[in-house]
Amino acid sequence: MSDSRAAVSMRGVTKRFPGVIANDRVDLELLEGEIHTLLGENGAGKSTLMNVLTGIYLPDEGSISVAGKPVRFNSPKDAIALGIGMVHQHFKLVQSHTVTENIVLGLAGGFQPVRLSEAEGRVAELSERYGVKVDPGAHVWELSIGEQQRVEILKILFRGAKILLLDEPTAVLTPQEADELFVTLRSMREKGHSIVFISHKLDEVMAISDRITVLRGGKNVGTVQTSATSPRALSNLMVGREIQFQTYPRPEMKGESILEVKGVSAEGDRGLPALKDVSFEVASGEILGFAGVAGNGQEELAQVVTGLKAISSGSITVDGRPMAGASAKDFIDAGVSYVPADRHGVATVGDMSLTHNSVLRRYREEKFGQGPLLNLVAASKYADRLIEEFDIKTPGRETAVRTLSGGNLQKVILAREMTTRHRLLVVMSATHGLDVGATEFVRETLNHHREEGAAIVLISEDLEELLSLSDRIAVLFHGEIMGIVDAAQAEIETLGLMMAGERQSEAVA
Amino acid sequence: MPLRLEMRLERSRRLEYLVPVLSVLLALAVSGLLLLMTGTNPLTAYGEMFSEAFGTSYGFAEVLVKATPLILCGLGVMLAFKMLFWNIGAEGQLHMGAWGATAVVMTGWDGSPWLMVPAMVVAGMICGAIWALIPAFLKVQLNCNEIITTLLLNYVAILWVAHFIYGPWKDPESFGFPMTKQFPDGAQLLRFGDSRVHLGLVFALLAAVVLYFLQEKSRWGFEIAVTGNNPTAAEYAGMNSRRNILLVMAISGGLAGLAGMSEIAGIQLKLLKDISPHAAPYGYTAIIIAWLARRNPWGVVLVSVLMGGLYVGGETVQITMKLPVNFVLIIQALILFFVLGGDILSRYKLVYRREAPIGG
Amino acid sequence: MEADLSVLIIAILQAAVRSGTPILFVCIGEIYAERAGVLNVGLEGLMLIGAISGFTVSFTTGSAPLGVAAAAIAGGLFALIHAFTTITLRADQIVSGLTLTILGTGISGFFGKAMIGQVGPGFDRLELPVLAQIPVLGEIFFRQDAMVYLSFLLVPLTWWVMFRTHLGLAIRSVGESPATADSLGVSVTRVRYGCVVFGGAMAGVGGAYLSLAYTTMWVEQMSGGRGWITLALVIFAGWNPAKAFLGAYLFGGAEALQLRLQAVGLGIPTYFLMMLPYVLTIAILVMASRASLRRRLGAPAALGVPYAREER
Repeated sequence: MSDSRAAVSMRGVTKRFPGVIANDRVDLELLEGEIHTLLGENGAGKSTLMNVLTGIYLPDEGSISVAGKPVRFNSPKDAIALGIGMVHQHFKLVQSHTVTENIVLGLAGGFQPVRLSEAEGRVAELSERYGVKVDPGAHVWELSIGEQQRVEILKILFRGAKILLLDEPTAVLTPQEADELFVTLRSMREKGHSIVFISHKLDEVMAISDRITVLRGGKNVGTVQTSATSPRALSNLMVGREIQFQTYPRPEMKGESILEVKGVSAEGDRGLPALKDVSFEVASGEILGFAGVAGNGQEELAQVVTGLKAISSGSITVDGRPMAGASAKDFIDAGVSYVPADRHGVATVGDMSLTHNSVLRRYREEKFGQGPLLNLVAASKYADRLIEEFDIKTPGRETAVRTLSGGNLQKVILAREMTTRHRLLVVMSATHGLDVGATEFVRETLNHHREEGAAIVLISEDLEELLSLSDRIAVLFHGEIMGIVDAAQAEIETLGLMMAGERQSEAVA
Repeated sequence: MPLRLEMRLERSRRLEYLVPVLSVLLALAVSGLLLLMTGTNPLTAYGEMFSEAFGTSYGFAEVLVKATPLILCGLGVMLAFKMLFWNIGAEGQLHMGAWGATAVVMTGWDGSPWLMVPAMVVAGMICGAIWALIPAFLKVQLNCNEIITTLLLNYVAILWVAHFIYGPWKDPESFGFPMTKQFPDGAQLLRFGDSRVHLGLVFALLAAVVLYFLQEKSRWGFEIAVTGNNPTAAEYAGMNSRRNILLVMAISGGLAGLAGMSEIAGIQLKLLKDISPHAAPYGYTAIIIAWLARRNPWGVVLVSVLMGGLYVGGETVQITMKLPVNFVLIIQALILFFVLGGDILSRYKLVYRREAPIGG
Repeated sequence: MEADLSVLIIAILQAAVRSGTPILFVCIGEIYAERAGVLNVGLEGLMLIGAISGFTVSFTTGSAPLGVAAAAIAGGLFALIHAFTTITLRADQIVSGLTLTILGTGISGFFGKAMIGQVGPGFDRLELPVLAQIPVLGEIFFRQDAMVYLSFLLVPLTWWVMFRTHLGLAIRSVGESPATADSLGVSVTRVRYGCVVFGGAMAGVGGAYLSLAYTTMWVEQMSGGRGWITLALVIFAGWNPAKAFLGAYLFGGAEALQLRLQAVGLGIPTYFLMMLPYVLTIAILVMASRASLRRRLGAPAALGVPYAREER
């Protein structure tokens, strides 16, 4: 790094949202031709800072200069004009349009004709030069997640950007795909691009970056050379205290089989097969983990074993009861609890009170009313109990749950799903987006319920979490189970190969 | 666009109550400008409207007469809105209810009023419900846009009624007017005192009480509320939304049908054109009422009485000041627009910002 | 007899084009708005606004083209209310649209009182040279009035704008994924305002066709549900102007046919015949819904959803 001119420098950037300071006087300097990691926990303010740098958010205070010149961004257009482009965590792509249409969007306005074939040629040329392979004429919805990410990168390169911001780009990739991405990033660095890489995974941060800036609680708590630091030092900076990953003891007390899934297939929302011939069993006192890159049938699996999606073939048995043609209500009655991934969209009703939400799946139970009547007094008492037992931070049980923080909302859902007399617990992405304290709480609660004899299906994209909690881990790829391995003997390497579509026997061999 | 919305940390309680009041005042002010343009003094017009509707006992009785079908339709529409089913077909359901009740009379059956009136109520409600179940069924089975189907069925229902009063049911002694013979006494609803206020008002208030208990105290009401707020969560909670849509629409259409029945058996005493005022049909006003009432049955009753006042006042100034009746519609629409905007402003602040204050 | 039948059929088809034209204008406009993600169910009210303002201006100035221009401006202005409440204030698009319908009905009735019973200038039939001489097709399509020809031009023009220009790409992207368009510097607000206002202007023109060409007078609530029929037609057309062209004439055909059948008197009661356009609309909506369920084709993904950038 002989050339150390600053490509971007941000000084004292502050961004407030109603009730939160997302960025608090943050300084950040990105040098030309470096890969600079922005490290921090969920909610540390990384994405906000990058959204400020791309003109999506307007900062409340602070200054930004690009290549030494002070600049103001009023819209993303200004950032693009200065050669700054961002790959968002949730891709900003129009699914029904083609790759090239996505790339040329916004490049011109008015009645200027779109010259698609010409643009396709340039896209092909760019993907050749940077080794980012993708079919320019394909529709985005036909592409895999990894390919969609490449479209995002091409979109930025097409605009001649020198500065690339990547928001948790590896979160959606298999370990192998992530390695390919790193090759691309290094080749961009060689061609003089500056890259900001956002992550909270220490190993890959150490592998890819030249320098690292750590954010905590919206503040910059230090910028260091990668060569002069260690994962332990970084994690201390990141969390503010030492963390240890706990592996929970796995009791050898598997009971009778609770959930039996045999040869189940189901369709996804587009009518394409989402689950293909899936078979597994979960016993009382066991956690079966499901690993896989997002979008490989996890959502559908959770829906199928909770009665929210009809199966096209196969059979499901809960506690010995065949569930053919059963409704979601039948599954609830059979003792199936479900903590879905989408807390706001599925698991709660934002505009209704905590009281109402606490009986959401349980309002039919005898203790909450007689005949057609709903007993709101009983429901409020129950809500009070949950607030106390699970230490839910809320102004009161009548508050709309929309106003609760992510961790507290998750507690409401867990509390509701776990205080019922359940036989099977289906949990998806239970700790996603939660802080360390809340994560720990959720994991302990799950472990406790295993000890109590529940059968648990744990679906997660976090391999560490699966390894620390599960008894066995199944890997989903394109709706099929690639294999089920014993968690105690599982290796990340093997799981990674299975996540990329290799069968267990091949992956081990 | 330099105008932006910023969320308020606390929903402004004061604004929540102020919004409807301010909206009415603003709507009157803006429509007052229209009146000025046509050379009418708005203050005189409003004064006359108010004193006619709420200043005399005869006027207020007429307000209650107008409020009766409005309450019934408004409750039905509100219940459907609560479940995010856009039933804008109350007008058609009302017409079918009126038709169904008339069909009972037209059989020539001469039962005692103790049987006749209940039979008409049941027939009216069933016809209204069937008319509402068509779009509900199409929605549930085929995801057919209910805004369009409910609305278009209004036209069909009105033509259906027209067919009968111009054709098979036409009174030969009506001098060519499209209407049936006057209903026999046994098929008329009881009126109170010497006013035109009739038993339909009791039906309407009873319906409000029943809906209140359904909404607030029953498990089914909880299902409706959850479904309306978050349909995915309702599915997650094991609620049967398809069945609930059908049930809600049967009730919604049934209430509108009852409105049609009580209007012809209580006021018109025969089936004829324009059961509901041509310029501002009850079924459409019900949509406004349901929205302004904020999903509350008592709100429906209150807003219906106010709207009834607007009808009576509007009819008065039409006669005394030669103002077009459509004036009522303009005021209704303006109130709704201001409430719509005001509701947002009680949750958000509108801020004007030209550029980002960077560098400060 | 056979010659009579073919004359009759050509006459009905000619009338179908005339009856379909107002719907076609409104439909093209609504395709813009919905492609950009804004549903406007206030079309019925906007048509009435267009009909009365078009009639009033052409009646007072004696110029029908000026009337059309006035209708477009009035339709655009009233659509601006919808744009403000739904885009800037992010209010519910359905409620705002319904309110617009009520407002349009009220305003047109209020100001139209003075115009009832008047007959104004309108568009005359204008046979296009050469084209009108084409057998059958010429008779059906090219012996119409100037506004019909304007609608002919509008269809390919809209198709070209929507699918071949950067503006069209921006409009479609804003309706599918506003966050994506925003991230690339496309102003979601401006595109949506533009489309809603243009849609309103077209609804105004469609209304003006009723009072300046289809008839040359003002009748209260003369749109007679065509605004609602258009909403169904947009779905039937799959948000595609080319299919809207066919669809509009299908509905126009239903109206022309029922009027002709009334005149002929086949023993079918008049009022049942009058139901035909509405029942046909529902039937076609049912078929379109079935098809989209089967093929999983749908509306623009962000249709009806307000967009807010800074919400977290």
